[in-house]
Amino acid sequence: MAAVWDAIVVGAGHNGLCCAAYLARAGRRVLVLERRDVIGGATVSEQIHPGFTFSSCSYVVSLLRPQIIRDLELAKHGLEILPLDWTLSPFEDGTALLRGPDPEQNRRNIARFSPRDAERYPLFGQAMGELGRLVKPLIEAPTPEPGHLGPSRLWELARLGRHFRGLDEDALAANLKMMTMSAVDFLSEWFESDRLIGPMSLSGIIGTFLGVRSPGTAYVLLHHYMGEIDGAFRAWGLQKGGTGAVAMAIARSARAAGAEIRTGAPVARILAPGGEARGVVLENGDELRAKVVISGADPHRTFLGMLGEDRLDADFVKQIKRFKMRGSSGKVNLALDALPRFPGLAGDSPALAGDITIAPGVDYLERAYDDAKYGRFSRRPALDCVIPSLTDPSVAPPGKHVMSIFVQYAPYHLKEGPADWENQREAFGDTVVDTLEGFLPGLKDRILHRHVLTPWDLEKTYGLTEGNIFHGELSLEQLAFLRPAAGWARYRTPIRRLWLCGSGTHPGGGIMATPGQLCAAALLRSRSV
Amino acid sequence: MPVPTPFHPRTAALCTSYGWKQWGGYYAVTHFGETHLPEYWAMRESAALTDVTPLFKYRVEGRDAARLLSRMTVRGFETAKVGRVAYTCWCDPRGKVIDDGTVSRLADERFFVTAAEPTLSWMTRLSRGLEVAIEDVSERIAALSLQGPTSRDLLRSCCDADLDALRFFGTTDARLDGAAVRISRTGYTGDLGYELWCQASDALAVWDALMAAGRAYGIVPAGLDALDMARVEAGFIMLGVDYYSSLQVTVDARRSTPYEIGLDWCVDLDRDAFVGQEALRAEAARGPGWNLVGLEADWLAIERLYARHHLPPRLAAAASRQSLPVYADGRFVGQVTSSVWSPLLKRHLSLASVRAGHAAPGTPLQLEHTVLYERSSVEARVVEKPFFEPERKRKP
Repeated sequence: MAAVWDAIVVGAGHNGLCCAAYLARAGRRVLVLERRDVIGGATVSEQIHPGFTFSSCSYVVSLLRPQIIRDLELAKHGLEILPLDWTLSPFEDGTALLRGPDPEQNRRNIARFSPRDAERYPLFGQAMGELGRLVKPLIEAPTPEPGHLGPSRLWELARLGRHFRGLDEDALAANLKMMTMSAVDFLSEWFESDRLIGPMSLSGIIGTFLGVRSPGTAYVLLHHYMGEIDGAFRAWGLQKGGTGAVAMAIARSARAAGAEIRTGAPVARILAPGGEARGVVLENGDELRAKVVISGADPHRTFLGMLGEDRLDADFVKQIKRFKMRGSSGKVNLALDALPRFPGLAGDSPALAGDITIAPGVDYLERAYDDAKYGRFSRRPALDCVIPSLTDPSVAPPGKHVMSIFVQYAPYHLKEGPADWENQREAFGDTVVDTLEGFLPGLKDRILHRHVLTPWDLEKTYGLTEGNIFHGELSLEQLAFLRPAAGWARYRTPIRRLWLCGSGTHPGGGIMATPGQLCAAALLRSRSV
Repeated sequence: MPVPTPFHPRTAALCTSYGWKQWGGYYAVTHFGETHLPEYWAMRESAALTDVTPLFKYRVEGRDAARLLSRMTVRGFETAKVGRVAYTCWCDPRGKVIDDGTVSRLADERFFVTAAEPTLSWMTRLSRGLEVAIEDVSERIAALSLQGPTSRDLLRSCCDADLDALRFFGTTDARLDGAAVRISRTGYTGDLGYELWCQASDALAVWDALMAAGRAYGIVPAGLDALDMARVEAGFIMLGVDYYSSLQVTVDARRSTPYEIGLDWCVDLDRDAFVGQEALRAEAARGPGWNLVGLEADWLAIERLYARHHLPPRLAAAASRQSLPVYADGRFVGQVTSSVWSPLLKRHLSLASVRAGHAAPGTPLQLEHTVLYERSSVEARVVEKPFFEPERKRKP
């Protein structure tokens, strides 16, 4: 038998790597096994077209925790987060709303649609910042589990209680609303113009199979304002060299601390005789033993795939099966010969270097959702685009550009079944490009290469079950102590010595790395290794 | 009243922020757009173009040109190679620094000197008895700084210089879109970058050629706010901010020797007489009373301070020139003179002058920090400078 490791981490996504880095820094012998030949999981940069580096899947860094950046010395290891300070929202009539770092300019821009909204806008930002502060302790610590209240857990709850007591009633009410309302209802309490509510509500549905008028979507809006909680430290933007470079930085930190990372090493099975994880079996038959196995894969893949439901309690299996994956989005990456011109914007405007959202109104977004409800991709999809090469020329040859287009909705479960994505992939790509062409005329002629990722591809290539970018929808019933299953929200599993560290655990998806960090902390505290 | 530089027609058209300040009697852009940050990021990720014409510039020519500069500054230039640039400073007879700048040897008997302050009379005074002509070319020569990782490829695409042969702190003549320019691989950002010198009459042509070629390389016109952030990250000091010219202050406490401001590496004591030599020799033997060091504030301490007031840590992503006291165990031991929250390094960094004995890397100190009117202090420690030094800066 080969070397016995303290821990084997399945999957070199940002969370698996982060968990490995923390364990290695604590002196543990860690092996990370990655199925693909590249590390990063969905946090990956790939040269799909020669000379053009795509952030294939995730494309912005949202909430990478300052503490993790510091603990793992990520800036030293290559983390460079470039700002993404503008949001350009074009409308179908050729006008556009531009929001940026200058409040006065924002006020002028919004006032063209609604002077009242223009005045409310900064107050909204402030209120959301306050809410972010409220939620901060929830996302930075393990979730309290109401079912398991030992003395230490009570202490955690008490600390949280004190935190909430410090807030005034208005903030609490706003928070409660936030948790339950739809994005549109919540925004409509603040604003009147569809031109503001439409684009702003887009962030409420990203990655979920819900519409902007579906309850529960307001909460996701908050994530756009969470940068505020970190003040100057905020990590919202584009990673130099694509998001894969975030994973590379974490991997370098892990390796520097002694962790080993093997690529091209797909795990076939988790060995768990007698309900206790002992190691893994690779697809080539190699058996690797460790004191604990930590899975960075999503809950479906971990329990129903690598472990097998016959090894688990039927109730637990039922819970995991009910844990909604149902991917709702796709991705189109373009290599461009030249920068697309946006009508009415100077060619050198920094606005194009920001976020470009195609969400021109609430009805537009609801219609996009309608298609998805009946098993079709949106005929007029909502799009969230960035052109990272404008801030980071290293990702494209001189004068050329890459464009990342996040597309909603692209339901995994097509009417014809998910495998039919093989037949619909190009039509989906055409729809996305045609839609965007309507807002950025001339875009089509500048495309050198098109890379289309459907939810089916996200599953097959990147291992995201049903193409869910968050390892499970970020809806209220799947968050905190319910993520991924009631009673199992603290990174342990019903299988002894098998732990979870991926986005399917608290606090969820996005390039935050907190699940990996908290899992490592819980594991070290448990003295299992 | 400030006057426009030769690039003004271009910079003024681009400066939608109307953010200007005075620099050496000229109008200089602080930032062009809504914020200075895209300009800062261009310095670090692509290429930034800054008008640095307001630098004072001198042409020193004649048989004794090298002798004059060796006599004036703390470095010897008798053996300097043609095509090389050296950073140096110059002192008064008591070894107190007057100014700092660069000296380029353009030919055996011809040098080009830059300075932060007017230096003609000082140079002329020291040239007595030497066969040398000094000409103030400050107005005649326009200057641009092109800094950032794509700057080399950008320049290569639009000029005829052999940039692969141009080493760090080298200088060469070139033609750029028909205009004669001199390119030196120098700058104030601690990154890969170049400074370009041309006749004022060619200024607009050079600007236009660089901007046109730069489109493919992410060129961004940048102002002084961005430059100030980059120079603190690079650990570069600034006259009038981190130290004062001994000619311009009246109290000795404000005067510094090169050893006190981190320029000991420039000083070459063992050669023919130069201004301040004896005093510096004594200082070198005695050890300086002050040291200019890099400080990093403890981010968690900053966060805690703001959390006390229920605030996120609000630090402007801009360089600050506010001087602040530095303490060791509650005792005043020096002052921060420049600081920046580096969004690139995610560190709060300062340049500080501290009394001898507090300069070793790792030394714990406390920095004054004010949150909501209330003065407090945060933990900091001495760290090595430069804070930021990418490999590409020196790489051939």
